[in-house]
Amino acid sequence: MGSPTGPTPPTVLEVRDLSVRFRPRGRDEVRAVSGLSYSVPAGRTVAIIGESGSGKTASSRAIMGLLPRSAQVSGSVALSGTELIGLSPRSLRRHRGQDVAMIFQDPARSLNPTMKVGPQIAEAVRAHQKVSRAEAKERAVELFKLVRLSAPAQRYDEYPHQLSGGMRQRVMIAMALSCSPKLLIADEATTALDVTTQAQIMRLLTELQERLGMAILMISHDLGLAACYADEVVVMYAGRTVERAPVRELFRNVRMPYTSALLGAVPRLDRAAHTPLPVVQGRPPDLSADLAGCPFAPRCPRAGEKCTDRQPPFAEHKPGHWYACWYPLPDGEER
Amino acid sequence: MAPLLQARELVQEFAVRGQGGGRGGVVHAVSGVSLDIASGETLSVVGETGSGKSTLARSIMHAPPPKSGEVVFQGTSMRALRGAALRDARRSMQMIFQDPYTSLDPLWSVSRIVAEPLHAAGMRDRGKRRQRVGELLEQVGLDISVHGPRRARELSGGQCQRVAIARALAASPALIIADEAVSSLDVLVQAQVLNLLEGLRTSLGLSYLFIAHDLALVKQVSDRVAVMYLGRLCETGPADEVYGNPRHPYTVELLDAVPRVEQAELGKRPAGELPAGVLSTAGEPASPVSPPSGCRFRTRCPRAQSRCAAETPALSAAAGAEPGHLVACHFPVTDHEITIKESGRSAS
Repeated sequence: MGSPTGPTPPTVLEVRDLSVRFRPRGRDEVRAVSGLSYSVPAGRTVAIIGESGSGKTASSRAIMGLLPRSAQVSGSVALSGTELIGLSPRSLRRHRGQDVAMIFQDPARSLNPTMKVGPQIAEAVRAHQKVSRAEAKERAVELFKLVRLSAPAQRYDEYPHQLSGGMRQRVMIAMALSCSPKLLIADEATTALDVTTQAQIMRLLTELQERLGMAILMISHDLGLAACYADEVVVMYAGRTVERAPVRELFRNVRMPYTSALLGAVPRLDRAAHTPLPVVQGRPPDLSADLAGCPFAPRCPRAGEKCTDRQPPFAEHKPGHWYACWYPLPDGEER
Repeated sequence: MAPLLQARELVQEFAVRGQGGGRGGVVHAVSGVSLDIASGETLSVVGETGSGKSTLARSIMHAPPPKSGEVVFQGTSMRALRGAALRDARRSMQMIFQDPYTSLDPLWSVSRIVAEPLHAAGMRDRGKRRQRVGELLEQVGLDISVHGPRRARELSGGQCQRVAIARALAASPALIIADEAVSSLDVLVQAQVLNLLEGLRTSLGLSYLFIAHDLALVKQVSDRVAVMYLGRLCETGPADEVYGNPRHPYTVELLDAVPRVEQAELGKRPAGELPAGVLSTAGEPASPVSPPSGCRFRTRCPRAQSRCAAETPALSAAAGAEPGHLVACHFPVTDHEITIKESGRSAS
C-alpha cells in the first residue's frame, strides 16, 4: 500500500468541524464533540485515540447516523463527496452498509443470538444487493473464507454462542465487508479480545485493506495499537482534537502534553518491575460546563496562566502535524 | 522462610452437559498446577481466555475447593479447614475483579460496601467502623465525605476499582488476588491504579497474585511470571528472565502479540510482516473438554514434533536458564530475538 511519502490517494471520508451535543432531559447540555476535523484517504488507516468520554465513539456514530434523536449534530461529514449530515434516514440507510460499515467492541452483542451466523450475513447481503437466496448464501460462505474462518461451510449453520470471541469478530467483519464498503469503522473492535486474537484480527484487517483498498477508521484507547496499525493518529480529549499527525511523526515528536501522558502510561514490555508509572492526576473535565481554556490545563504539568484563560488554536505547526497547545513539548529534533 | 502460599498439583474439573442432550464431558480447567508466592512477592499468571487462570485463582481460595491437590496458606493446609476457620483463611486472601461496576452492589453506598467486611470480621462499634472506613478510603485516594455516600453508578471506573480495593483491604488480607483488575480501565486510570497497588504492597507488606491476559500489563508489577495454557503451566520464572529470555513457544507468541509503541518508528507494516500468531494457520485453541495428548499447546505450536503428542513435557529447568526459570517444552526456544533491550534504549 501507499507509503506515507507517496502521493495521497483520493479521500474517502472528510470530516469538517463536526460537533455533537446531547441535551439530556432536565440536565445541562453536554458537548460530546467540538469541532472535530480529519480525513481518511482510500487504503489508509486513521486511528482516533482517546479515553472513555473523549467523544471518539460519539463522533464515529455521528458519521454513521446512529446517534439518538436528542443529539444535535453540526458540521460536515462527506463520504466520497456526498454530504451525510442532514440526509433523510432512508437515504442514509443506503450508504450504511454499502459505502460505510462498522464493527463494534462486543461481537457477542452485535450478533443475533437466536439466528445462525450464516443467514445473518446472507440477510445483510440481500438488504443491499438484488440477489437470490442461494446466491446470498454462496456470497456469505465466500466472505467467511475471506475472513479466514476455519471450516466456512460448516460455520454457516452455527449459532453465535458456538463460536469463540475471535471467530465472532471474524463473522462481524464478514458482515461489514458483505457490501464491499469504501470505509470500515472499527470501534474498539479488538478491545475485548485476547492479545493473540487481537494480533490476528488486526493482521486480517490490514490484509483485507491491502486487497480491497478500503479506508479504515480505527477508534481505540490504545496508542500501542495505533503505533502498529495506523498511518495517521488523531488524539481526542474532552471532545476536542488535541493532536494529529502521521504515526511516525507523532511518536517521534509528540508536542501536546496529553498525548505524551497517554504515551507514558501505555503498558510496555520494557518497564522495570516496581517502578512507578508516570501518572497524571485528576479526571477529564465535565463536558456540560463552559471551558474557557485548554481542556487539559487543570491536569497539565506544563500549564501556565494563559492555558486556563484562552483555548489554544488547533493549528498545523509543521506539514501534517497539528496540535493545540500554548506550551508544547520541544520538537524531538530540537531536543 | 516458608512461602506465604504453596499450591501443589491443583486439579479442577467441571462436568458439562452435551449439546441437545448429547453425551457430556469434563472440562479440564486446571490440570496439575503448582506455584508458590513468597511474602511481599507479586506473581502474575498470564494466559488467554479459557486457559484456566481464573479457575486457578478460585481453586486457591477454595471457592470451590480443587478436585485434588493441596493449598498451604500461611503454613496451614486449606483442605484441613472447615467452617469459620476456612472463612478466616479466605478472608486473608481478597479478590479484586475485572468489572468495577458489577463487582459492587449497585444499591449500597460506598461506605456501606467498605464497612461490610469490617462488620463481618466482628467490628460491631459503628463509630469505630466509620473511622476505619475513612482510613481505608483515604488509603486508596478517596474521601469519605465526598465519595462515602455515593453509589457505584455515581463513580468512574477507576473510582469503583479503588472502592473494590478498599473493600479488599478492610479484611486486612495477606494476599490480594487481582483477576484482570485493571484490564478494563483507561490507560491513565490504569497507571494510577497500578501505582496505588504498588504503593499498598510496600506500605502494608501485601503479596499479590495478578491474573491477566496481556504480558505487557503486568510487566511493571511482577516479580515472577507463570504462563498458563489450557490448564497447565508452560513456563514460570523471574519476570526479567521470562520476558527477556522466553523459552516456551507460547510465551514467545504472547510477547509477539503485544502491540508496541516502538513500532511507530518503522511506520505501518504490510500484513505480510505482521506477527502472524500461530493460531491464524492452525485454527482455534484446543478444547479443554478433550485437550490434546502430550503437550497441550502442540496443536498450535510451530515447533511441534511427534514426541510432543506422545509425552507430556514436565516443568523443568531449561538448559542455560537462570535458577527458578522452568519450562514445560521438549523443544524450547533458545534464540528468540527480543527487542526489549533495543526499545528500552530508544525509550529512555
